[in-house]
Amino acid sequence: MSLANLRYTAPHVTLKLGPVLLLSLMVWGCGHREPAADVTVINGTEPESLDPHIVTGIPEMRITKALFDGLIKLDPREARPIPALAERWDVSPDGRVYTFHLRTNAVWSTGEPITTADVVWSWMRALSPATAGDYAGQLFYIKGAEDWYLGKTKDPSRLGIQALDDHTLRVELNAPLAFFPDLCAFPTLAVVPRAAIEQYGDRWLHAKPLPTSGAFTLGAWRVNDKVRLLRNPRYWDAANTASEIIDVLPTGSPSTSLNLYETGMADIVWDKDLVPAELIEVLKQRPDFHSFDYLGTYFYRFNVTKPPYDDPRVRKAFALATDKRRLTTKLTLGGEKPAPHFVPDGVANYAAPPGPAYDIEQARALLAEAGFPGGKGFPRTTYTFPAAAAGGAKMHGKIAVELQQMWRDALGIEVELRQLERKIFYSSQSRLEYDISTSSWIGDYNDANTFLDLFTSFSGNNRTGWKNARYDELIQQANLETNIEKRAGIFRDAELILITEQAPIVPLYFYAGFSYYHPDKIGGVWPNLLDEHPLQYIYKKDTMRQRSGSRAKAGLAVRFSPSPFVPPLQGEISPNPSSRCEPPNRSRRREEADSTRAPARPPPHVGGYERRVRGEGIRSRWTRTRLNLEAHPDSQAFKSWRALPPRPAGGDRGKGDLLIRAKVLSHSSNVRSWELIGDYFPR
Amino acid sequence: MYFLRRLATLVPLLLVISFVAFVLVRVAPGGPFDRERQPASPEIKRALEAKFHLDEPVWKQYLRYLGGLVQGDFGPSLKYRNHSVADIIKQGLPVSMLLGMMAFGFAMGVGIPVGYFTAVRRGHWEDYSGSFFAILMVCIPGFVIAPLLIMFFAIQWRLLPVALWGSPLHAILPVAALGLYFSGRIARLMREGMLNTMQAEFITAARAKGLGENALMLKHAFRIAVLPVVSYSGPLLADLLVGSFVIETIFQIPGLGVFMVNGSLNRDYTLVVGLVVLYATLLVVLNLMVDFAYTLLDPRVNYE
Repeated sequence: MSLANLRYTAPHVTLKLGPVLLLSLMVWGCGHREPAADVTVINGTEPESLDPHIVTGIPEMRITKALFDGLIKLDPREARPIPALAERWDVSPDGRVYTFHLRTNAVWSTGEPITTADVVWSWMRALSPATAGDYAGQLFYIKGAEDWYLGKTKDPSRLGIQALDDHTLRVELNAPLAFFPDLCAFPTLAVVPRAAIEQYGDRWLHAKPLPTSGAFTLGAWRVNDKVRLLRNPRYWDAANTASEIIDVLPTGSPSTSLNLYETGMADIVWDKDLVPAELIEVLKQRPDFHSFDYLGTYFYRFNVTKPPYDDPRVRKAFALATDKRRLTTKLTLGGEKPAPHFVPDGVANYAAPPGPAYDIEQARALLAEAGFPGGKGFPRTTYTFPAAAAGGAKMHGKIAVELQQMWRDALGIEVELRQLERKIFYSSQSRLEYDISTSSWIGDYNDANTFLDLFTSFSGNNRTGWKNARYDELIQQANLETNIEKRAGIFRDAELILITEQAPIVPLYFYAGFSYYHPDKIGGVWPNLLDEHPLQYIYKKDTMRQRSGSRAKAGLAVRFSPSPFVPPLQGEISPNPSSRCEPPNRSRRREEADSTRAPARPPPHVGGYERRVRGEGIRSRWTRTRLNLEAHPDSQAFKSWRALPPRPAGGDRGKGDLLIRAKVLSHSSNVRSWELIGDYFPR
Repeated sequence: MYFLRRLATLVPLLLVISFVAFVLVRVAPGGPFDRERQPASPEIKRALEAKFHLDEPVWKQYLRYLGGLVQGDFGPSLKYRNHSVADIIKQGLPVSMLLGMMAFGFAMGVGIPVGYFTAVRRGHWEDYSGSFFAILMVCIPGFVIAPLLIMFFAIQWRLLPVALWGSPLHAILPVAALGLYFSGRIARLMREGMLNTMQAEFITAARAKGLGENALMLKHAFRIAVLPVVSYSGPLLADLLVGSFVIETIFQIPGLGVFMVNGSLNRDYTLVVGLVVLYATLLVVLNLMVDFAYTLLDPRVNYE
């Protein structure tokens, strides 16, 4: 075909292509409708991995814990270790040997039994440099594990992991370890499917079907779209799995998260970085905004290899001149507590010693003693912090400015602020190319060790250049100690060195966790220090939700909001079958789950969000412009409404339900107001 | 023949581009495994780097990468470790392409008529209002338009979903937010093109021959006036097809645009190079198509 010909055929081709394009668009619209999720969670950014041996972030761990169980898991209320794949375990009198007895009814989601062979293989995998998990070190407490990792031994019999039979596992530790059960609940020690991993390598989570050992199976994982978890009916504790489908949405933007939550497209928002900092004061007032303490500390590090920070007096002067309360009351505002010490309050079996208080006079005296009276002669110095990637990270900059001000006022030292791109920041911190830099640490398990072992001289997370033989010794000694009281005492001595005597770091405040979810709508979430909320127990209380389409569907026509119906009290009104869109088998499944669920479900809350709709025997239906309230003749609301003037003539009130129409004044998912427009009538 | 020759230059071009990208992202300070949470011991970090061959010299890494690329393997992502770069492109590209095509259609569908009529009705109120629209759209960036659209259509009036992807309804706001800016650009290009063409000699000649004004404009002037728009549309389409970081973030759309930016922030070397290669290929191919479209529209153009 010559070009000249094409010139004339091209428009015709375009004309024919048009409808094809349109058609494909329509197919896209009608096709791939997934069933709606029971609960939709916004969890933070896209998971880096869902391989429990590789993950490092809390959002990822939340998902992997739902997919892969370890021998032990954490209970949803207090985050204490409870039996998972291991039914029980014995500890030898010297605390060094654990014998785990596996459940005989534990199977993979594909049906094969889970035996000690799976556990041993999984742990060996986590311990293999080829897996390259950041947290492989969590297994180094096991005898011979570190040598194995470093390739010093190739003989598996020298490793303290031994399967006695199909359901008994003997684990020998280097030394008694008080928090070993907590560690067993950590994802690095989870049990993963050997066959899938051997077949697919790093892409093993794409295996279909993917055998899982936890409460859920992986229904779908589309990058930056969603992770869909489906209830694993073969899970040994499936009776306590409260939801059938849970969607986890990856979202990096605080405002998008809030928008999704407000319009009912997400039920839980779960990341402290996903709270718009500008709105925190407004959000704090709401019943569905939760702020709670958890194990995380914000602090700054000194580069102790660089003068004048090699002088503990200088470091202490900075510490004493830091008004921590000012940071939490002026800047963070989310309920964070000033941190006098490094290990957060509330950590198990430990109470930290008080650290240095805010004392400008003493700070000045120390600085003068170190040779810089009034800050004179103090070398040029910088405070480094990472550039904000997400909303929550903007705080680094604000805190830097505040600290600069404090030190200028109290010590007469002018600190230059240096904002670095995130990766550059971390790499310069690792290479000790900084003077003072911002840092934070979130506890991995509920024990003081997860904080204090950071600053041992051999830790990869020390990054201060600070080495203290006495400190190293104390931490090792504490982890050998089985007596809880004595162990806490040793840790206290160590923390005194860290915070009061040497001060290579200065803790600023303890993090507060944030989440939004409405306690009237979402059950199975209990605040705890580790911010541990197993997805297995989470469910939506509002069962009468309109379910159609994969997400709460926005349409041009009448729309139902997240909590459209006020559930009737028993016996008052039978729900109108046409307004219930749940298939019958779903509700049956729910009742079944209800009867077996461990914590009894509280009675349905009557009233939804709008207090004025509150009342017994009322059903409300919201549309964009109109609110329909229906009340049963026997209900209190009916009686009080009936007294309302004016009413249309000819109505036979007192018979049947009463329907009241009201004009909706404002409509968002949890703040609604309305006024009666008068046309109410019985029917 | 000409086009085949052009296509053949793609190969050395991609080699150069991939090499430059490969070296540049490695030159940037900080690596993929520099994080707040470092592995507990340096051995673990070394194992991590060894696994992804980051301990080798760059030229060796590049040859290894090329070897994979020839077999269509973009390598594993360093950040999203259960996915290969190909997995990410396979999932993200169709979404970005669909969104991009729709935004492109929207921009063209709005921009060309607006530009055309503002030129034809020059000096009338249609011209003023159309030109005002075009300038307004060019001035307001996407990150302002998108929240405004969300505020009114999704939150205030509750007509459309606030974010996410999955049905044509979900696409309306992002397509508008993405397309409005370009519709302004196109309207201005189109108006400019029409005004220039309307003064051309061949139009005067055609008018002198007694051709009707409508036929004159549509059949003769339009075809030449649209050429700047066509040449603009090549890079524009390449841009739109690989996704927009801002729009995809605001509307939580699982496209590629987010990875373009985050990939480099995360120093996800393989992902960045893979996306650069993809973008470069698209750009070259679409520019080729633009040149081809020229031969269809303008009888004076001939590459043979």
